[in-house]
Amino acid sequence: MDVQALLAQGLAELNATSEAAALENVKAKYVGKEGAITALLKQLATLSPEEKKTFGATVNQARQAFEATLNTRREALAQEKLARQLAAEALDITLPGRTHGQGGLHPVTLVQHRIEALFASLGFTVADGPEIENDFHNFEALNIPKDHPARAMQDTFYVEGSTAAEPLVLRTHTSPIQVRYMLDNKPPIKIVAPGRVYRVDSDATHSPMFHQMEGLWVEEGVSFADLKAVITDWLRNFFERDDLQVRFRPSFFPFTEPSAEVDVLGERGWLEIGGCGMVHPNVLRNVGIDPEVYTGFAFGFGLDRFAMLYYGVNDLRLFFENDLAFLQQFK
Amino acid sequence: MKFSEQWLRSWVNPKLESEALAHLLTMAGLEVEEADPAAPAFTQVIVAEVLTVTKHENADRLNVCTVNVGEAEPVQIVCGAPNVAAGVRVPCARVGAVLPGDFKIKQAKVRGVESSGMLCSAKELGISEESDGLLLLPADAPVGVSIREYLNLDDTLLTLKLTPNRADCLSIRGIAREVAALTGAVQTPVAIEPVPPTIDAAISIKLEAGAACSRYAGRVVRNINRQAATPVWMKQRLERSGIRSISAVVDITNYVMLEQGQPMHAFDANKLQGGILVRFARDGEKLTLLNGKELDLTADMLVITDGVRPVALAGIMGGANSEIDDNSNDVFLESAFFAPADIAGKARRLGFSSDASHRFERGVDFGYAREALERATRLLVDICGGQVGPIVEATTALPERKPVALRVSRVARVLGLNLPGAEVLSLLQRLGLAAELAGDVITVTPPSFRFDIEIEEDLIEEVARVYGYDNIPVNPAGSRIAMLPQPGNARDKFALKRILVAAGYQEAITYAFVEEKWERELAGNNAAVKLINPIASQMSVMRSSLLGGLISALQYNLNRKAERVRLFELGRVFHGVSDRVQPEKVGGLAWGMRDPEQWATPKATVDFFDVKADVEALIAPRVAEFRRASHNALHPGRSADIVVDGIVVGWVGELHPQWVQAYDLVQAPVVFELDVAPLLAVTPVRAKAVTRQQAVRRDLALVVDEAQSLASLQSAFASAAQPLVTGIELFDIYRGKGVPEGKKSLAFKVLLQDTQKTLTDEEVEGAVAALIAAAHTCGATLRA
Repeated sequence: MDVQALLAQGLAELNATSEAAALENVKAKYVGKEGAITALLKQLATLSPEEKKTFGATVNQARQAFEATLNTRREALAQEKLARQLAAEALDITLPGRTHGQGGLHPVTLVQHRIEALFASLGFTVADGPEIENDFHNFEALNIPKDHPARAMQDTFYVEGSTAAEPLVLRTHTSPIQVRYMLDNKPPIKIVAPGRVYRVDSDATHSPMFHQMEGLWVEEGVSFADLKAVITDWLRNFFERDDLQVRFRPSFFPFTEPSAEVDVLGERGWLEIGGCGMVHPNVLRNVGIDPEVYTGFAFGFGLDRFAMLYYGVNDLRLFFENDLAFLQQFK
Repeated sequence: MKFSEQWLRSWVNPKLESEALAHLLTMAGLEVEEADPAAPAFTQVIVAEVLTVTKHENADRLNVCTVNVGEAEPVQIVCGAPNVAAGVRVPCARVGAVLPGDFKIKQAKVRGVESSGMLCSAKELGISEESDGLLLLPADAPVGVSIREYLNLDDTLLTLKLTPNRADCLSIRGIAREVAALTGAVQTPVAIEPVPPTIDAAISIKLEAGAACSRYAGRVVRNINRQAATPVWMKQRLERSGIRSISAVVDITNYVMLEQGQPMHAFDANKLQGGILVRFARDGEKLTLLNGKELDLTADMLVITDGVRPVALAGIMGGANSEIDDNSNDVFLESAFFAPADIAGKARRLGFSSDASHRFERGVDFGYAREALERATRLLVDICGGQVGPIVEATTALPERKPVALRVSRVARVLGLNLPGAEVLSLLQRLGLAAELAGDVITVTPPSFRFDIEIEEDLIEEVARVYGYDNIPVNPAGSRIAMLPQPGNARDKFALKRILVAAGYQEAITYAFVEEKWERELAGNNAAVKLINPIASQMSVMRSSLLGGLISALQYNLNRKAERVRLFELGRVFHGVSDRVQPEKVGGLAWGMRDPEQWATPKATVDFFDVKADVEALIAPRVAEFRRASHNALHPGRSADIVVDGIVVGWVGELHPQWVQAYDLVQAPVVFELDVAPLLAVTPVRAKAVTRQQAVRRDLALVVDEAQSLASLQSAFASAAQPLVTGIELFDIYRGKGVPEGKKSLAFKVLLQDTQKTLTDEEVEGAVAALIAAAHTCGATLRA
């Protein structure tokens, strides 16, 4: 058989093979020790130098062509095998991932954290204080006189061990933290103070325990204009609305003067969201800060209310029922 | 304070629409809480006179009326009201009228009879919630005139939510003064002319209560017409202020209070047994008030007496024993000043509040008692007639009004607003304050109607208010820039919370006041801090542990068919009545399956070791020791104290089966509680060099008694002190074939390493042999 015909036959067999093992058999048949092409090479010894030269070259070319196709086929078969294996190993990638469960933070905590972060960017640190408070820190130091309605039995929880001289109460606001902080630190003072507060009140819009956040900045030269700027800046950043309308409305608190209620303009009109004002000089004096040198402002608001606004929750009680179906929405 | 806008506008009428006026008041600190129309919108309702009434032929309850509507011809209207009668004047909706609720009145046939309009009740006009028939108008009501005009219905009822410092605005007079200051509009107050006495009758007045009552004016009016009716205009103004009309005399005192701000009281002069004596009550004295409340008076209560007995609780309410009744012909009018401090809190203590006490405890103009008395006399005489006695007035030391100095420079400092002194002065003068400017200082002598001007800041607030908070600049804060420290050896509470969230726990917030039972049973606390006035019996003590609240939250969710519960809370607990022992704790609870039910994970119930790992993650990078301990709430064999640096910082364990049953929990939750403070401290990392030498691993299986703890073996290994051993980790526990009954086999991975060189076999075997020898002290043998 001539070389070209033999090569054509060999290549056809290679190309017809679909198994790696069969491919190796074809290889043996043509270029193995007993292979047909190998046999032609062995014949060379019997040829004249002239014939050796031409026939040798022809056979070698045939052998190289065969081996090139062999390698291509090997690679192709390996690829096919891998492809079959991968196909067999395919998963239903739409099945859910294996989980140990994911918890979540309480919405009030999330909002608290957000507000702390905003104030931290203005240099406010976080302060804290006890929840069973004495009369001095909760009322007296804050310029709340003995006969103020806020001290009435129906508003304030009293704790056993109270005496007439030293009533112990569950703090009715976070403002006593201001007092404690100012007693322990010298101006400049820039703090926010979140925490639980307590009032004898329970209905759809009131919980006997709720959360407030207090803010305080006392430093030389702090004015009502600064108060307006900081509160407005905070609210616009909190709600992420540069065009949020914020207004300050004269009000009255014993521990600030001038005092203001802060309203923001919502879809259904002005919404009262907190109180603020310039720290009353009596409060500064009560904690040993000279109001002639230092001025400052304070503000306070309900964290629960902010969480309600931020997350669109319309019933305060949801925050304290601890229903997982509700809480698990917050991650 | 609720009032009619038209009444206010009769005193001061700025060129502002109703809405703008309300906004002005709100932005001046007199918050308009509500602004309701006196009547809803309706059209074409007029005053009509019913001329004839005949029974409808086809309907028992209907009448056919002819009605004079002020036109040439009367109209015929079918009417079903029970009180329709010939001669009455009533509102009549004409054909084409639109009543509240978009109710259109059309020409109609009612059971075959033509009806050209509708006679109306107050309810149909939307001016009353209930009515039992047609709204009957006075006999002199002008026929044909619009009912809106006649009843003055185009009015707005404004409700002010006044702050306690603004008692001066608890009257039309006060609000008008404020509106004039804010708008510059001219005030047109009612003129008060003295009513000259026509008789000598007088009742003496004696003040024996010091500063508590420093002014008391009164006068007798005799032979009044006790049947006299309150005029419609007065009745209407009272009603629009939320005050029900009672009788002419009582209405007049209420009217003067609303108009002038001076609470008044009228006694039946004939029931007073002697002259007026104002003093503090004596213990044991009794007084029945007009509202029927029987009081045992105490020495801090200020009373009006007739020299014999108390006849009124001063500034709060009159007594029943001197009440005006249907037989009263002679009255004694009281107009007095009682000091706020002596009235404040008294009514609240007695469980009620009155319009008088509301005003006196906030401060009533002490310079105005006589004017108000003259005004009341004028109204009384005009409405009820009678003969007027002279005013008797007694005064002691009236409240002082010390001048208050305001530095113009201080205004700039506090408000961040630079105003010239003259402008500040003018702002204050607009409020009716007597003020003078000298250099930088404005001196203000507060008027008798203001009780909230004592210090410089009080005046700064007035300046800000009248200038307008809106007009104060918004000044970007110019503080010294300073970064906040970020200590490397501390973390915040959010970091702790996030570790638990990553472990699958949901944050809960439970009440700090709990059931006493929880404290006793779950915290072993028989001395919980009690509330004196709890809101409910199941919220009567302060928690000393978070466990009760978490168990309660678990119950709540189990009742809602929760299948797997992971909760945690971070909050304060309370150990003593002192305000100092209120540590923060973080507690958690795991109930139900280890993992959420899913296709790829075998089902298993959460156990001690799951939660132990969560606790260890909270404490990391520090390593806790777990010591067997007994805790009221926990399974004694499945609980531990958590010890960090030799200090117990908390506990972890399965809830005791007894409580699992008692609290209906089906299966035991694993719970934990830790002090927060030690968890916030972290040790900053100092990196160690990493050796390039390969570690050698040897596995070691040791058989020990079932009761032997891992910790005992670990300390035995430690005692062997093998420097080449860099780690020993338990990786398997085996019981069963090949291990005797009552024993267990513990498999350890031992890692050995030298920082400098490769270990020889001898070194490795020597070290392992030393560990085995040490384990022998715990009765451990090498597993065959």
